[in-house]
Amino acid sequence: MAKVPVQLTLNGTERAEFIDGGLTLLNALRDRFGDTSPKGGCHQGTCGACSVIVDGDLKLSCLTLAETCNGAHVETTAGLAADGIQHPLQRAFLDGFAAQCGFCTPGMIMAAKALLARVPNPSRDDVVEAISGNICRCTGYEPIIQAILSAARSNSQNAA
Amino acid sequence: MELRKNYFADERKDDLNEIGHSLQRSDVPNHVTGRTAFFADRTFPNLLHLKMVRSPHHHARIRSIDLSEAERHPGVVRILTSKDVPQNLYTILILIQVGPPDEHVLAEGKVRWKGEAVVAVLADSERAANEAAAKVKVDYEVLPAVFDMLEALKPGAPLVNEHHGQNYYRYDSGASRKVRFGDVEKGFAEADFVLEETYHSSPIEQAPTETTGCIVAPEGNDRFTCYTNTQAMFFTLDNASIILQMPGHKLHMVGGTAGGGFGGKVDVTVEPIAILAARLTGRPVSFIYSREEEMQISSPRAAETITIKDGVMKDGRIVARQVTGYTDAGAYSRHSPYGAQKGAAHYPGPYTIPNVWVDTWCVYTNRTPSSAMRGFGVTIADFALEVQMDKLARLIGMDPLEFRFINAYRDGDMKAHRQPTEGAALIECMQEASIAAGWPVAERFMKMSSKRREA
Ligand code: FES
Ligand code: FES
Repeated sequence: MAKVPVQLTLNGTERAEFIDGGLTLLNALRDRFGDTSPKGGCHQGTCGACSVIVDGDLKLSCLTLAETCNGAHVETTAGLAADGIQHPLQRAFLDGFAAQCGFCTPGMIMAAKALLARVPNPSRDDVVEAISGNICRCTGYEPIIQAILSAARSNSQNAA
Repeated sequence: MELRKNYFADERKDDLNEIGHSLQRSDVPNHVTGRTAFFADRTFPNLLHLKMVRSPHHHARIRSIDLSEAERHPGVVRILTSKDVPQNLYTILILIQVGPPDEHVLAEGKVRWKGEAVVAVLADSERAANEAAAKVKVDYEVLPAVFDMLEALKPGAPLVNEHHGQNYYRYDSGASRKVRFGDVEKGFAEADFVLEETYHSSPIEQAPTETTGCIVAPEGNDRFTCYTNTQAMFFTLDNASIILQMPGHKLHMVGGTAGGGFGGKVDVTVEPIAILAARLTGRPVSFIYSREEEMQISSPRAAETITIKDGVMKDGRIVARQVTGYTDAGAYSRHSPYGAQKGAAHYPGPYTIPNVWVDTWCVYTNRTPSSAMRGFGVTIADFALEVQMDKLARLIGMDPLEFRFINAYRDGDMKAHRQPTEGAALIECMQEASIAAGWPVAERFMKMSSKRREA
């Protein structure tokens, strides 16, 4: 099968790979670009574990073809902690027991990050809506909702 | 968090180091940075993908298997059938004497549930494996199937599993696990009221976000490392060793990180066949359930049918309890004989009842094999028991919480299994629950103690 070149910026670093046409962004990130932080829980768009941010928009990477991301900026949870300093969302998830098995966590954090970029001071309903495509089987969601709200509060305190 | 110190005040030491304040989980820093290594986060060059061809029938004889077209599919490296498996017949709890072996790694002669593994296809890519799997032709003679436990126990029902010879698990105590304590018939005769109710539950899927799977890497010298998300590392090791007829020191299981399990990952369904595939091809092998397989194939909580008959006095005392519980194992034992046995131990509940009779059955049907899920064997039992307790309270016109105080076990009471009660705390839990829920009970119940009976 002819390979397709894909060039993208992954968490701030320019990367390029030749991939099989039809490869999902999820599998490209995990198997070709070596970023295993997005998880495959269903490969059919129902669990949200594969959520990443492409050019500012939240995307399910299992339903996104890698070849459509040529030239795109892709952000994943692996790129959040700059210089080892945790992002406020990571801190809030850590302090708030918002991760148990951790499998949904990278996708949840991406969904939360996309929300806070749009709505810096979200209501509880905004948060519930924003993570409605992300399944968590461990926490019962409440600690995750609280962690996202608390990250938003600490962001706005820092901004003030 | 608030610690209530008024209960058992004379027994408790206040040297608690961890209880009462928060501790960070050791694994969370890597969870939030996406660095936790789940088994599927490892990749190996030359990785093969295993796709299982599964039975589309609930019960059928296999007349023939035709692999010719699938073998010619581009990318296919090898296709495994039952003949390739050194010890194809197994049962997961054999080393703790829950036998006989009753299940095949790959179907041999027959399939007994819709989804049973028949043929394993190995290919260079997941896509090639899926496409080739669709080209495997299995000729089945469909057999009558049975899906209901009580139907399965009737004479003339289709025999689900020849390794048992009947549609139930035979315990050393006979066709069922039994508890016999006092004389229930006498108890029912003395009772002011007798209430008999039947409760049913359906199978429940654990649905972990990460599906079941493993990746196996050959290490040379006939040694293999198996990265797995099993919840049962040692069952996995000993069953792989038996199935592959290989000493355990050649099998290095790496696990401990699971993206949820909830009991759904205690069976040994992926590792032995993936190790065998790696051994026969000399290449690393990945076998990961699709989401569809996780929902349809992985073993759920068993369906149960439970009949509870209680004799109760107007003053609230339960004087006799008779329970017959049925656990639907599906086509194979897995953990269900153990689950049904736990039920037998559990049915008296945390109550002191002078006359108890329990029979629990582990029944085979042509449904998906069931296995562990959060408190299997007792969770559904508790649902039935506590609904029954509410019904009994209503029957005699008593407050349901006060009714439980009257029957709660206390230290020194003889339980139906002939173990004296020790360390009971039910009364105190209910006292606190009464306050927390704003569900007041009479003063005499708030003065009760698990330590002694009132004069
Ligand atoms: S893996 Fe993409 S939504 Fe589940
Ligand atoms: S923490 Fe396990 S699925 Fe969310």
